[in-house]
Amino acid sequence: MNDTLQQRQNEIVEEFEFFEDWMEKYEHVIELGKELDGLAEEHKLDENLIRGCQSRVWLAASKDAEGNVQFQADSDAIITKGLAALMVRVLGGLPPAEIAQADLWFISKIGLDSHLSPTRANGLQSMVTQMKHYGIAFQAAG
Amino acid sequence: MSTALDAASVRLQFPILNRDVNGKPLVYLDHAASSQKPIAVIEAQREYLMHYHANVHRGVHALSQQATDAFENARGTVQRHIGAAEPCEVIWTAGATDAINLVVQSWGRQNIEAGDVILITRMEHHANIVPWQMLAKEKGARVEAVDVLEDGSLDLDHFEEQLKLHPKVFAFTHVSNTLGTVNDAQALTQRAQAAGATVLIDGCQSVPHMRIDVQALGCDFYVFSGHKVYGPTGLGVLYGKRKVLEAMPPWRGGGEMIDVVSIDNGTTYAGLPHKFEAGTPHISGAIALGVALTWIDGVGVESIMDHETMLAAHARKGLSSIEGMRFIGTAPGAAGVVSFVVDATHPYDIGTLLDSQGVAVRTGHHCTQPLMERYGVPGTVRASFGAYNTLQEVDTFVAGTVRAVRMLRD
Repeated sequence: MNDTLQQRQNEIVEEFEFFEDWMEKYEHVIELGKELDGLAEEHKLDENLIRGCQSRVWLAASKDAEGNVQFQADSDAIITKGLAALMVRVLGGLPPAEIAQADLWFISKIGLDSHLSPTRANGLQSMVTQMKHYGIAFQAAG
Repeated sequence: MSTALDAASVRLQFPILNRDVNGKPLVYLDHAASSQKPIAVIEAQREYLMHYHANVHRGVHALSQQATDAFENARGTVQRHIGAAEPCEVIWTAGATDAINLVVQSWGRQNIEAGDVILITRMEHHANIVPWQMLAKEKGARVEAVDVLEDGSLDLDHFEEQLKLHPKVFAFTHVSNTLGTVNDAQALTQRAQAAGATVLIDGCQSVPHMRIDVQALGCDFYVFSGHKVYGPTGLGVLYGKRKVLEAMPPWRGGGEMIDVVSIDNGTTYAGLPHKFEAGTPHISGAIALGVALTWIDGVGVESIMDHETMLAAHARKGLSSIEGMRFIGTAPGAAGVVSFVVDATHPYDIGTLLDSQGVAVRTGHHCTQPLMERYGVPGTVRASFGAYNTLQEVDTFVAGTVRAVRMLRD
């Protein structure tokens, strides 16, 4: 197990190696944010809202026909949304058990782990915790 | 007329400003959250720790005497700097927040009763809102706020309306940390006192930039923090009129604040200022704060204010070219703070992109959520200036913001 998870993270690391400085990295993150479909306004419900002090994140999850977890994420800040897109890319469509135990090493490898610090208060760290909670919950639900 | 400040030579006194951030020279524009420290302040703390650290008061040995002298001299420096009548009117606290809590827990619990009105303004920092709300909840009193006009100035008509509620206390900020608005503290104090209110002024954003004379202001309490006036963190000041402080009960109990302690016969308390200073104080911090205020006087606080105002005006002019720029706080005579939002961008994104260019600004609600609600924004980007900032840095900040906005919109 976990092959997909490792492979996806490796791909992202390779993708970011290409960039020479921070502004280029952020340009790419912004691009990813813009490409992410996000949530329709009617799904930006309080129950899906993860309150950050700086930016807000919405996360919805569902189990598909194969029993894997599909995520939808959004944020009012585009850099946060771009990073959320990376999380969805890495964890989306995996079995619940893998999500619950996932080690997300890519984010520090690409140097953007400061955005996941609880003190950054952008809601991203809570989003990752919430994704894992969904993994646990869907696992328990069988 | 003040003499023009030579920011380049002032900068040399701030070692931290030599460092790089994200591979770019640091441009520090977060003065309103915390100022950087001149070498004189850093050295004062080091000197104390290296040569004469000891606990203050009642020590017969040489180090204790030396530490006590320096500690009490610093109190005298604060007293002169803010124009207090006597040193005993200057109470050391753990910060401005702590100073407000002291007033709330001591004066407030003694004087506020069920049904009373506590008046604040909508531009207060959370530190001047929440402690009052906690007191109001405990006592069955209520907190009312004076509205803020669109330009960020206080709604004086609404202030007069609110005074008709006969507030027991009026607590307001001298200068807004988010808007830069400078309130006419003397006039507000006189009106509120004439209506029967005790007055507390939050001076966190004024002491670093303005000449303060608490006796001329006439307020009952004035609070400020050390780390925003080029001094250390973990230390603040509560000024109170002697007769007001004397009538207040102690808040925290412990050593330093007592006269006689007896299990059988009860305990009597020390006089001012020690009655409010339980436990070992932040000695090195107090000494360094005295040095920081002396440093400000050396540069000239009027020169600092003029310099910061000039920088803020330059920043506003540069930022105005950005389409969709909305300044939050445009009242005339505002202090060295520029707060803004840009259409179709989020403050977090602009702050992140500025940081990656070495520019430190603050984004978010700046501990003034009621103001964010007032303007209908999730937060703002705030650049705030100190004596050490230069026009060149402002240009770097403006160019960085232009670049960030372009990236976010394209």
